[in-house]
Amino acid sequence: MSATTTETSTTYVPAAETLSAVMAPGTRPRRPSALSASITFGWRAMLKIKHVPEQLFDVTAFPIIMTLMFTYLFGGALAGSTTEYLQYLLPGIMVTSIVMITMYTGVAVNTDIEKGVFDRFRSLSIWRPAPMVGYILGDMFRYTVASLVILVVGLVLGFRPDGGAAGVLAGVGLLIVFSFAFSWVWTMFGLLLRSEKSVMGVSMLVLFPLTFLSNVFVDPETMPGWLQVFVEVNPITHLVSAVRSLMGGATDTGEVTLVLISSAVLVVVFGTLTMRLYNRK
Amino acid sequence: MSERATGPAIETSGLIKIFGKNRALDGLDLTVPAGTVYGVLGPNGAGKTTAVRILATLLRPDGGEARVFGHDVLRDPDAVRGRVSLTGQFASVDEDMTGMENLILIARLLGYRKPAARDRTGQLLEAFGLTDAADRQVKNYSGGMRRRLDIAASILSTPELLFLDEPTTGLDPRSRNQVWDIIRIVVAQGTTVLLTTQYLDEADRLAGRIAVIDHGKVIAEGTPGQLKASVGAGSVHVRLRDASQRPGAERVLSKALDAPVQLEADPVALTARVAGEGIEHAAAERAARALSELAAAGITVDDFSLGQPSLDEVFLALTGAPTRNDGLAPIDNPATSEETAA
Repeated sequence: MSATTTETSTTYVPAAETLSAVMAPGTRPRRPSALSASITFGWRAMLKIKHVPEQLFDVTAFPIIMTLMFTYLFGGALAGSTTEYLQYLLPGIMVTSIVMITMYTGVAVNTDIEKGVFDRFRSLSIWRPAPMVGYILGDMFRYTVASLVILVVGLVLGFRPDGGAAGVLAGVGLLIVFSFAFSWVWTMFGLLLRSEKSVMGVSMLVLFPLTFLSNVFVDPETMPGWLQVFVEVNPITHLVSAVRSLMGGATDTGEVTLVLISSAVLVVVFGTLTMRLYNRK
Repeated sequence: MSERATGPAIETSGLIKIFGKNRALDGLDLTVPAGTVYGVLGPNGAGKTTAVRILATLLRPDGGEARVFGHDVLRDPDAVRGRVSLTGQFASVDEDMTGMENLILIARLLGYRKPAARDRTGQLLEAFGLTDAADRQVKNYSGGMRRRLDIAASILSTPELLFLDEPTTGLDPRSRNQVWDIIRIVVAQGTTVLLTTQYLDEADRLAGRIAVIDHGKVIAEGTPGQLKASVGAGSVHVRLRDASQRPGAERVLSKALDAPVQLEADPVALTARVAGEGIEHAAAERAARALSELAAAGITVDDFSLGQPSLDEVFLALTGAPTRNDGLAPIDNPATSEETAA
């Protein structure tokens, strides 16, 4: 944190020759491809993590606390032992943590809008969704970090998945695919809502029921009928079932397909809404 | 770049933008010739930024038409985006990233491949005197450095039209002069510049033509000379050696200039608006006469100057009402009240 340097600005005198030289009309480069523009924005997201590493706190400390808390809080009561419960809980707690941190995508979009740099992005001739895709690409890195953190904590506590390394990897992969799709909900809210606080508020309102009213913590069969109906249509339930089946070594193709379909639907619906808002902002 | 300089850079007709109950733009008509600096002058809330945002395709108009180099901003926004660059009121750079990273980011988004983006970034940092600060986060930059980086990002790929929205607001005089120099060099390279500003002085120094806007409409348009002539020569500022002579000086001045005199907070200072007949040297002559009459009355004058009209005075003359900025109280001048109807 060096002090603001004023000496550079006081000694600087714009020189006509050097400035004219850099402005000499070279050939304008060709407009970047959709992929290249998106990756460039992803690179920006990574740089921001590099410059403000504190933001990784959310994806490390939060998942660790979630895992420890729920394992020891419910383990004894629900499954007789914490190790036993962990086999059931870990895929679910991983889903819960990652889905919860997707909301930071909305916060990032919203804070950028407040700043002039967002206007510059919007005035560039690039593939329109690229800035949004970039945010989410950067966030996928965060999701990966968080998944790994939870996995390590789980292994230390005694999580022994039957699916082996391949099963665990497939489970994490599916979770990240779903989170990519789910993030478009937050880009929409990030553009729609006026302040960072309201984005956080709405996120909590959506995320708490979505993650808790599911099969993450307990078997839905103990719930009242009306609640079971909600749990059954909740996409998080299907995601948890699919991830559990992959990590448990007994892949449930039906659930996995369902998750992939709901991911596609999320991208189409919320991606479209996001871009509509982005263009009309 | 061969198609440049045919037709105007910007044409708007009847442009309307409504935010809630506020008509930010209320039928804005502008024609900006290519290859010039065009000044858009107006107080806060006049609609300057709204106009720039519509022209840069960031905002959709609610009515009217806007074309940039012949391309409609609504029907062909991508063609417009490929030709313009924007430097907004708030620095359009990422505070968390370094100066170099900011430029590389924009260069990559313009389509430069990695090595070319690095080269280009290096050249621009050098030309803008930011090489030493290249690896520092922008939040540690001074206001002037930030503004320079912002302009550097805007000319990474030489734009045909550059929007500068109040580029010197909040800058110290030295940084402001640097920005002015940069603008002159940029326009000399053939880029058209649309400059919005609250300062008549700034528009006067840089712009070939000026549009004065208020309540979302153009209320006057012309060269700086025409504009000033229509407003009058400005104000006479007098500083006396002795505060006790001020009542006498007030009488002499108001008679010689045939205008009300304002007593400043400084007990030795007086200001009077010269109600010029539209011809500048007539006003200068009257000011000179006033000076000799002060001397003849035995009043010692330490400093005497004929200043340019301020934005407040421009507005007073053009609309009969002061700007809605909470600036100076207007000097009540019956000579301009007949223009109120406009």
